[in-house]
Amino acid sequence: MSRIEQTFKQLKKSGRKALIPYIMTGDPSLDVTSKLIADLESAGADIIELGVPFSDPLADGPTIQRASERALQQGVTLRKVLDFVKKIRQTSQVPLILMTYYNPVFKFGIEAFAKEAADAGVDGLIIPDLIPDEADDFISAARRSKLDTIFLLAPTSTQERIKKVVKVSTGFIYYVSITGITGARLSIGGPMKDTLESVKGSTNKPVAVGFGISTPEEAAAVSKLADGVIVGSAIVRLIAEGKDVGEFVRNIKEAI
Amino acid sequence: MNKKVPDSKGHFGAYGGRFVPETLMPALLELNAAYKKYSKDRAFLKELSSLQKDFIGRPTALYFAGNLTEKLGGAKIYLKREDLCHTGAHKINNAIAQALLAKKMGKSRLIAETGAGQHGVATATGAALVGLECEIYMGSEDIRRQSLNVFRMRLLGAKVTEVSIGSRTLKDAINEALRDWTTNVRNTHYILGTVFGPHPYPVMVRDFQSVIGHEARKQILRAEKKLPDCLIACVGGGSNSIGLFFAFLRDNIRMIGVEAGGHGIESGEHAARFAGGSLGIFQGCKSYLLQNDDGNVLGTHSVSAGLDYASVGPEHSYLRDMKKIEYTYATDDEALAAFELLSRKEGIIPALESAHAIAEAVKIAPTMPKDSIIIVNLSGRGDKDVQEVARIKGIEL
Repeated sequence: MSRIEQTFKQLKKSGRKALIPYIMTGDPSLDVTSKLIADLESAGADIIELGVPFSDPLADGPTIQRASERALQQGVTLRKVLDFVKKIRQTSQVPLILMTYYNPVFKFGIEAFAKEAADAGVDGLIIPDLIPDEADDFISAARRSKLDTIFLLAPTSTQERIKKVVKVSTGFIYYVSITGITGARLSIGGPMKDTLESVKGSTNKPVAVGFGISTPEEAAAVSKLADGVIVGSAIVRLIAEGKDVGEFVRNIKEAI
Repeated sequence: MNKKVPDSKGHFGAYGGRFVPETLMPALLELNAAYKKYSKDRAFLKELSSLQKDFIGRPTALYFAGNLTEKLGGAKIYLKREDLCHTGAHKINNAIAQALLAKKMGKSRLIAETGAGQHGVATATGAALVGLECEIYMGSEDIRRQSLNVFRMRLLGAKVTEVSIGSRTLKDAINEALRDWTTNVRNTHYILGTVFGPHPYPVMVRDFQSVIGHEARKQILRAEKKLPDCLIACVGGGSNSIGLFFAFLRDNIRMIGVEAGGHGIESGEHAARFAGGSLGIFQGCKSYLLQNDDGNVLGTHSVSAGLDYASVGPEHSYLRDMKKIEYTYATDDEALAAFELLSRKEGIIPALESAHAIAEAVKIAPTMPKDSIIIVNLSGRGDKDVQEVARIKGIEL
């Protein structure tokens, strides 16, 4: 059982939900990211999602686009993120997921990337522009290196798509709460609730919900429907403003 | 084994496919099904054909450029006059067809990206024609270069949204259009302007543009009683070139795609994907891409906004591997010289994009026998570029 699956299993036993904060690696610097990981962990993060900067982040809203630009200006690359994770592993065993666009992985070499990511201590991968239909090579490389492959579903997903995504996802399934990009406004209820229920009904794998969750109240509402809550843009915004993220994350943790 | 190209998921050999957020998958599957249905629907095809004739002004002329031929002293040069299409470029062939399809699909809103502004104007025109709401994304750098087209789009009732992140050109406009589509996918159709992006766009746009080559083939046979020896077209995303080439693919004639050489390949400031790129995944498909070693997409440069793009249609990559099409490039300077040459010799001001194709004809026509024939796709007219050319020449208007 992977470290991510174990985390969800233990939380389920104690009747709790996973808190999964997202930060952009190298925004504003790798030193700050290193400190932020420690802060997030002590504020109650169960799993941490590390963004990899990319020149054309088409699934992201302006907050994460700008964070990505700042990290690129710091010279952060996929390879540097792997070196960074290796360093983090000397002090922390929190489950780590990389969220990266597909081209950097493809350019790195899919097999080599999976191996080096696993060696560095990465637990799972989220690639927002990779759908299962195009992921055969990636999935087999990840399986060989024992990395979880977390695919996404959305309110537009049909039964057929749900089946496909559930089948190849390991660790958990990432349910995108809105038809939109990261940091957009959340609306609980409506298509989100219906599709999410239909996803939950089709699998025993954990389902975490992300995109647009920015307050403890929203996190609380989402946590009633899912196994985990992903908070990204709201935290990235605090970092950009130079504000403390610990208290915000603690408040979310208490709410879910 | 003879595999179908592209396959059902849009793979042209190693290229193409669908690399998009899952949110868009149902919309792409819906579009694929609708396109399959309507591309065989007689009423739809009849309506499209009637609009091609009476609204766009097809067939466009195949014009023998006698003065240019005489000046170059070699092959006979014919120009396929897409510049005479309504709104001034081939882009309208695709935009009208997709607008009609979106209407049939029950969508209420159209969005598009634009580089030079030609596709934005074409889409705004299509939206006005079929009566749908329209929003166009355009990089702020392109807005500066093509202010006339921005005003044209607004006149046509479209909202033009400035994109001022990244390199502020075509690729950033596509990112923003994809973000909009991801957000408003239920009521919105995205009219992608070139043979790029996720399946079925590369196939669908090619089919809508292939009217260019079908006409040209008939026209040259009528005029010369034989097929041409060579076809030349500029390649940005690659829609006007594939539009001309597609009908000739089985004829075994030389076809040349001309990319934007910018300030030269060594300078790093260009958009010549085949000369300077490598295999990558970008904005929905796998193809040649200008990228660095870390897989980040490089900035591009071209005097022509319509060719200023980091990747190229997947079918082009495939046809290059198959040795059906050869690719070269023309620099900014060569394109500007061709722009002036065609204006003076033939009284036709070409788009700066099309001037890249003319520049290649200038290079190779003199090396070919006098009874040989070249067809150059004159993909658009140059009115939109007059201001920018004046600025480059240091002339105040």
